[in-house]
Amino acid sequence: MPARAILSLFICSLSLAVEAAAPAAARRAQLVHMVREDCGSCHGMTLMGGLGPPLVPAALAGKPADSLEAVILDGRPGTPMPPWRRFMSEQEARWIVDSLKKGFPSEK
Amino acid sequence: MKNRIFILFAIVALSACVPASQLRGTGDLGLVVERASGSVMLIDTSTRASYATVSGLGDLSHATAVYSRDGRYAYVFGRDGGLTKVDMLRARIAARTVQAGNSIGGAISQDGRVIAVANYTPGGVRLFDSATLAPLADIPATYGDGTQRSKVVGIAEAPGERFIFSLYDAGEIWIADCADPRHPVITRFRGVGRQPYDGLITPDGRWYIAGLFGEDGLVLLDLWHPERGVRRILDHYGRGEQRLPVYKMPHLRGWAVAGRLAVLPAVGHHEVLIVDTETWNEAGRIAVHGQPVFAIAQPGGRRVWVNFAFPDNDTVQVIDLPSRSIVHTLKPGRAVLHMEFTPRGEQVWISSRDDNVVRVYDPASFREIAQLKADHPSGILLSARAFATGF
Repeated sequence: MPARAILSLFICSLSLAVEAAAPAAARRAQLVHMVREDCGSCHGMTLMGGLGPPLVPAALAGKPADSLEAVILDGRPGTPMPPWRRFMSEQEARWIVDSLKKGFPSEK
Repeated sequence: MKNRIFILFAIVALSACVPASQLRGTGDLGLVVERASGSVMLIDTSTRASYATVSGLGDLSHATAVYSRDGRYAYVFGRDGGLTKVDMLRARIAARTVQAGNSIGGAISQDGRVIAVANYTPGGVRLFDSATLAPLADIPATYGDGTQRSKVVGIAEAPGERFIFSLYDAGEIWIADCADPRHPVITRFRGVGRQPYDGLITPDGRWYIAGLFGEDGLVLLDLWHPERGVRRILDHYGRGEQRLPVYKMPHLRGWAVAGRLAVLPAVGHHEVLIVDTETWNEAGRIAVHGQPVFAIAQPGGRRVWVNFAFPDNDTVQVIDLPSRSIVHTLKPGRAVLHMEFTPRGEQVWISSRDDNVVRVYDPASFREIAQLKADHPSGILLSARAFATGF
């Protein structure tokens, strides 16, 4: 029994390690604000979509995290999606992708 | 004697309904959209203060409003497809319907009887009775093989009980003649350009202009002669220049006209475009602080006030059109989303989303004359819109 618990703990920490390291709390609040308010001007503050597509978990299911991260950082030619690389690191973009896929946090 | 008593009784009864001290007009009223809380703050531009807040309007993360022809009611279009009729005098919701999944804006007909809402999902326009909000007609924005539906943008009211709007995905402009609002008659203009993102109608109701995101240029339609079709204006205005990223779509509603000149935000270029409305040729450009969002004429038309997209959205610049120079720069707060002038131009109201404040300025001196707390304010929409063509 303890062995199983340890194993499941191990699996949990493995899956955590695959996800991007979360930014520090203050920076996280800034990123949440940016996504809700500024990404929100096209994707909606609730991320249900607007001129841009919805970014809720159901809409992103099956889309590879790598390509979503690339879209955030470098934009999407032929669409209004601009590059956001100026405003965040690759790790932060990955954290946004992971968070969007899980259901994005609200602003406090 | 009996008559006198009756009259006295009638007077008492009447004044119980509407106390004389509360009788008032609506010409100096307006609302501020509080986008995070789904409420509107009702404002009075005479006292420069808020007199009430009305809640329960749903998701107002992108919202706008038009007014009934008597200025009594505001029709608020929410992001979530909510259409809410707000009684400006009783400060409460008079009617509300959730008419679509995702909408962008709307307009009220020339006779005031029909509300048109432009929707992203499902793409199209829906018409409602302005008294009851009962549905009148559905205009699906179909294109391609007829199964695809386009997002609708840039809806405007046009004289003759018509609405005009653009199809973002389809690259089309449609006129809906709503003389019989249960059976609107559609005129389509196909292939007008890639990704029209917003539109406006000139204050005289003659010209409709759609801005293109997918191309450097705008599309012009003469509503006096729709049979002549659309025409491209300011074509290739950014030719040869690097296009800058756009972090918020410009809005074309604040048509700025000074004499024969009009000012429009460029897309992907940190400048405003000046167009000669006699010839529709470019008459110059003015470099500004960032990607312009709104270019709004100060009543009188001499000056144009411009706000900007992220990350330059803490700034407002004031352009003097005759000299084509920037005469003033303001910092009204973080995330300036909207500006609205009182109809005679003695006040301009500016919302700062991230500082939770609406500031009122005297446009002549640029002095701040009032400040109101608001919860993530965005659009400021005054009842004077009731009397203007296009809204």
